[in-house]
Amino acid sequence: MAFLDKHKAIETHATLLMVLSLLVVTIGGIVQIAPLFYLENTIETVDGMRPYTPLELAGKAIFQREGCYGCHSQMIRPMRDEVERYGHYSLAAESMYDHPFQWGSKRTGPDLARVGGRYSDEWHQDHFTDAKSVVPESVMPPYGFLAGNVIDGEYIQDLVATNKLVGVPYTDAMVENALADFLAQADPNADSSGLVDRYTWKEENGTVVQNFPKSINVRNFDGQPELTEMDALIAYIQVLGTMVDFSTFTPVANR
Amino acid sequence: MWDYFKLAGLGFVAVCAAIAANYAHDLAYQVNALEVMLAAGIAFLWVLRTAGDPKPDVQHEYFDSVIRAGAIATAFWGVVGFLVGVVIASQLAFPWLNFEFLQGFGNFGRLRPLHTSAVIFAFGGNALIMSSFYIVQRTSAARLFGGSLGWFVFWGWQLVIVLAASGYVLGATQAKEYAEPVWYVDILITVVWVAFLVTFMGTLLKRKEPHIYVANWFLLSMILTVAMLHLVNNLAIPVSIFGSEQVQLFSGVQDAMVQWWYGHNAVGFFLTAGFLGMMYYFVPKQIERPIYSYKLSIIHFWALIFLYIWAGPHHLHYTALPEWASTLGMVFSIMLWMPSWGGMINGLMTLSGAWDKLRTDPIVRMMVVSIGFYGMSTFEGPMMSIKAVNSLSHYTDWTIGHVHSGALGWNGMITFGVLYYLVPRLWNREGLYSLKLVSWHFWLATIGIVLYASSMWVTGIMEGLMWREVDANGFLVNAFADTVAAKFPMYVVRASGGALFLTGALIMCWNLWMTVRAQPAKASQNSMVPAE
Amino acid sequence: METYSALRHLADSWFLLAMTLLFLGLCLWPFRPWAKVTHQDVAASIFRNDDHPADATPANKEA
Repeated sequence: MAFLDKHKAIETHATLLMVLSLLVVTIGGIVQIAPLFYLENTIETVDGMRPYTPLELAGKAIFQREGCYGCHSQMIRPMRDEVERYGHYSLAAESMYDHPFQWGSKRTGPDLARVGGRYSDEWHQDHFTDAKSVVPESVMPPYGFLAGNVIDGEYIQDLVATNKLVGVPYTDAMVENALADFLAQADPNADSSGLVDRYTWKEENGTVVQNFPKSINVRNFDGQPELTEMDALIAYIQVLGTMVDFSTFTPVANR
Repeated sequence: MWDYFKLAGLGFVAVCAAIAANYAHDLAYQVNALEVMLAAGIAFLWVLRTAGDPKPDVQHEYFDSVIRAGAIATAFWGVVGFLVGVVIASQLAFPWLNFEFLQGFGNFGRLRPLHTSAVIFAFGGNALIMSSFYIVQRTSAARLFGGSLGWFVFWGWQLVIVLAASGYVLGATQAKEYAEPVWYVDILITVVWVAFLVTFMGTLLKRKEPHIYVANWFLLSMILTVAMLHLVNNLAIPVSIFGSEQVQLFSGVQDAMVQWWYGHNAVGFFLTAGFLGMMYYFVPKQIERPIYSYKLSIIHFWALIFLYIWAGPHHLHYTALPEWASTLGMVFSIMLWMPSWGGMINGLMTLSGAWDKLRTDPIVRMMVVSIGFYGMSTFEGPMMSIKAVNSLSHYTDWTIGHVHSGALGWNGMITFGVLYYLVPRLWNREGLYSLKLVSWHFWLATIGIVLYASSMWVTGIMEGLMWREVDANGFLVNAFADTVAAKFPMYVVRASGGALFLTGALIMCWNLWMTVRAQPAKASQNSMVPAE
Repeated sequence: METYSALRHLADSWFLLAMTLLFLGLCLWPFRPWAKVTHQDVAASIFRNDDHPADATPANKEA
């Protein structure tokens, strides 16, 4: 009886009510979130995932700034129609360097998880400038102004360094050369050997130090001489979903 | 003495903001810094002009001036949020409304977080702060704790709204749905929220009633849980202290889980638990009968907060989230149906023996319909969390329709009911200006919601079915663009439903304004009327 | 894989039982027969102290 009378204590003591309700609402979060950080099978082991190049990273920031995630998902579910329409279903590994994730929750426009390499740069330039010119049914807003926003990469090194700080495996060389790599990727006349060296496959003394089998896109993405936000955004779009080498992927049943 | 500390603090903030504006890395940060400078400057002048004024002894009065300001802010931000909603709904139907000359500032992608934040955090947040302050004082029989801390909560929250809203338009965003405010706004939110908790808890602790009324349980759990969710989901490292850009601490699948744990419980605690607190106080008050079953309200409380927190992963069915997590989310979401309907029954049955009020009192009608919409969306939600249903509904407009039947129907209608209840009492007026206008508001809002929800069911299910349609040879029948074109008529219906809802809200504002201006005062009690 | 299996086993057995019992316990809690008077009193508390804090209205009866 004395034990049962305790509820009166909960109903009359504000502090107790506060502590108990806080305990009750904490359980669910801990059980669902904490294991994701240390269960081995949360993120599959696949070959090919590399950090974004500085230009692609800047493109991702523009993607986020414009709120693209409000209408475009980056998460292909393993259903027949989705795999048919968009390609291989998305793996957890494919967004492991995305801070924040961009899976989205709504498809007012199509999924973009594997849009990289699917359309030409020219198509994207037209589509961003006037979506209806290439897709008459489209309701996408105009993004032509991006081609007028010249960027110089003033703060790109800070962005790369901060990503390294939260765990993206950028090397010191990648951080140090962030600005040079940023400028080189959209300029076909520049010396891009350093960029290519840092972001593609590399072996040293018989051991693989950079398991990035795919080549990177180095070209003038927006078709105009200046380096603009359009360059960065298209560079980002063109790499989406193209990194993983699916020949090395075996699905885990128990997940 | 205390005033000098305040002056020094505000001056320091203003100077720091001016320096920050000078070194800003981006436009949004610069504008935000100037806004902070302006706010600190105005507060400085205010404190300077009132310093040393004799403080009237108010311990025997409730702190209602801040609630009056809250009522004005709720109505104002409600109209702003609904208006932006109508604009972006129209942009989806008529994309030329994304004007080219605005250089992206008026594009759907930037206005959408403005709409969601305005309705959830500005309209809903002000409604919650206002109601919490009203309820906790009355049920504790004590003046709000913390002196003028209540004013800090109110003005701090308005500053949060202004910073976030102007930031979105200028491109400052964290790119996490419903948690778009950038790092420094997140810090300000934390400070204001802790002050909110202190005023609320302080009032509970000094209460004169022996028991804590159940509405306060819901409100307290809302404040606590939102604090926890906000802190974890917004963990990020700023790229520079002079820029609005940040890098999220978590990535990929973990970030997704944290985001929807936050996202779903923003709905579960901010828009459900908090508003249930409003229901448990204002519905019995308006009906003038105690709540149907106090026992049921206790079960409702513990079951709701225990189950809700698990429901997040149903936003991530069939994604790269491990299946165990998504199954857990589904199971708890379905169980959540029971306490939700328990709460609905509790609210509705409070009317038992007084059902005639549905006919005679349009405010009761508004509250009852809001509980009805609560019941409907808490049935629809668990249904949509079933994986088989979700495989069709996810990524479609069905989700949008579901959210709006909850937000417009439940949150909107109950808030309108509370405003109609509060304004005559706060301004000490003899009843509302016009009950007929309340009826007009009621019908415009109801028809608006019905148009909104049904058009979204149609487009959502249609596009879900069109996406998955394959022919006899296994080829997809529809291109994605075909589904976009097919949705056009329903998008027009949706936008017009929103316009009706907005019209109703404008009628409410007129009615409330006239209540304060034209209705005779109730008694000799003289309460000041702040200018709108 | 080991952590996963172990946790899965725990979740499907004892943890599930404990949570179910906790949940049912919370649901049965308010039905203590002697709580009825309290509940009625609390439910009616919203109709007191509408205009002034308690100490300002001596007419208010202590609950």
